[in-house]
Amino acid sequence: MSELSLQRQAWLRKQQRTRTAVLLWRVGLLAALFAGWELAARAGAIDPFIVSSPSRMLDTFVSLWRSGDLFRHVGVSLMETVAGFLLGTILGTAAAIALWWSDFLSRVLDPYLVVLNALPKTALGPVFIVWIGAGPSSIIAMTLAISLIVTILEMHNGFLATDPEKVRLMRTLGANRRQILWKLVLPANFTTLINALKVNVGLSWVGVIMGEFLVSKAGLGYLIVYGSQVFQMDLVMTTVLLLAAAAALMYQCVLWLEKALKKHLGVTA
Amino acid sequence: MMVELNEVSLTYQSPDGEVEALRRVSFGVKEGEFVSLVGPSGCGKSTLFSIIAGLEPPSAGQVFVDGELVTAPSAKVGYMPQKDQLFPWRTIWGNVTLGLELRGRKNPQERERVRELLERYGLAEFAQKTPSQLSGGMRQRCALIRTLATAPKLLLLDEPFSALDYQTRLAVSADIYSIIRQEGKTALLVTHDIAEAISLSDRIVVLSKRPAAVKGEHAPKELSGLSPLERRDAPAFQRYFNAIWKELDVNV
Repeated sequence: MSELSLQRQAWLRKQQRTRTAVLLWRVGLLAALFAGWELAARAGAIDPFIVSSPSRMLDTFVSLWRSGDLFRHVGVSLMETVAGFLLGTILGTAAAIALWWSDFLSRVLDPYLVVLNALPKTALGPVFIVWIGAGPSSIIAMTLAISLIVTILEMHNGFLATDPEKVRLMRTLGANRRQILWKLVLPANFTTLINALKVNVGLSWVGVIMGEFLVSKAGLGYLIVYGSQVFQMDLVMTTVLLLAAAAALMYQCVLWLEKALKKHLGVTA
Repeated sequence: MMVELNEVSLTYQSPDGEVEALRRVSFGVKEGEFVSLVGPSGCGKSTLFSIIAGLEPPSAGQVFVDGELVTAPSAKVGYMPQKDQLFPWRTIWGNVTLGLELRGRKNPQERERVRELLERYGLAEFAQKTPSQLSGGMRQRCALIRTLATAPKLLLLDEPFSALDYQTRLAVSADIYSIIRQEGKTALLVTHDIAEAISLSDRIVVLSKRPAAVKGEHAPKELSGLSPLERRDAPAFQRYFNAIWKELDVNV
């Protein structure tokens, strides 16, 4: 530390102070929200039967944990989300590669993609249930329907935006189309892929919860629907919070993956 | 002749109609010669390069490189693009050996040759670094070595200095020039910078605005033997500059 200039030390201290303040405010805001909620419920300002309260949610959480229901429901939803997420990303990227490969195919399919993208995918829910049957497969299909088209469009746009000067360079170096794809287009679109993953985390959860609303015997979406039907708002609110935690955790996993891949691939830009 | 263009014409078809880009362009470049093409921006210089590199067929006429008719990209032609276009996800070594890798020539002899090139031009110690860790001038050198790595006979330089600021540009163009001379390569440079063309070339071909046709040729013999920077100070420099400037007929 002794070789650092005074100005540098002051600047570092200021940075550290700002970081600490941001963290404290974040935690404080959450704590204040829950404390206010709890107090208002106890004072009778709001009806805990309608809006629940943190302490009642904690009780619900503990009883869900003890009965083992928690792990079953979280597990089912998580499995469906991860399956839909992976399928959506892999199939979407594959389809985007096909569209990049054949300009003709891309022109033929363009209006279909536009319509499918605009269509509210939840409308397909009942169709999947009739075709595939009531169960996790329908829910995964639903998730796939929601994330697939967006992935295709995003990845394809990214592929098309690959620097034409770099493509030209590759061609003068004797590259064929397959080499241009593997050695230029895919690595150049690393950021596009990560962004698609980030978007798909959110979309996959939308698909899973929508699917579970329509048809399910387990899962977080099932718990929410069940709780509201029997008017157990404690259960509904607890599940919503669990959902937020699960989605945040999955987003964090994508960030870890991004970091690990960047390190592995040596991407600096 | 290393390069020979024989009445090369190119007409684009677009939905709005036909665009004539090149009209009966003919010129040649001798082995070991450094020739510049100057012309107003948008005159079709880059299109001409695409044709010489075999990326695009001409509508009429032929291009011969080293006596062979050009029909597809060949290892005889090395292309150096605007900006260095190094891939940030590859190391310097990965970048300079890209051409060998794409042509399936990454054998021990070829690797050794590239390693010697890096050694000779002071880049050996950066081989495992990424492009972002290098200065602009160094990156430009890497881009040239990537082009030289496949041992082409002809180098096509497509305004390779245009992205650099003026000072860097003077230094880098002199640097690249000396490497090309040392390696004894034939070079064809496209530029819109008249001073750059005169300071580097044995001969300057002036193109008209679109459709590009050859307007004139200049061979600054008084300047031969001088370095690019010395040329800029030579008395003949200004004379050539004025002559080419007049011929370009730039209207604002």
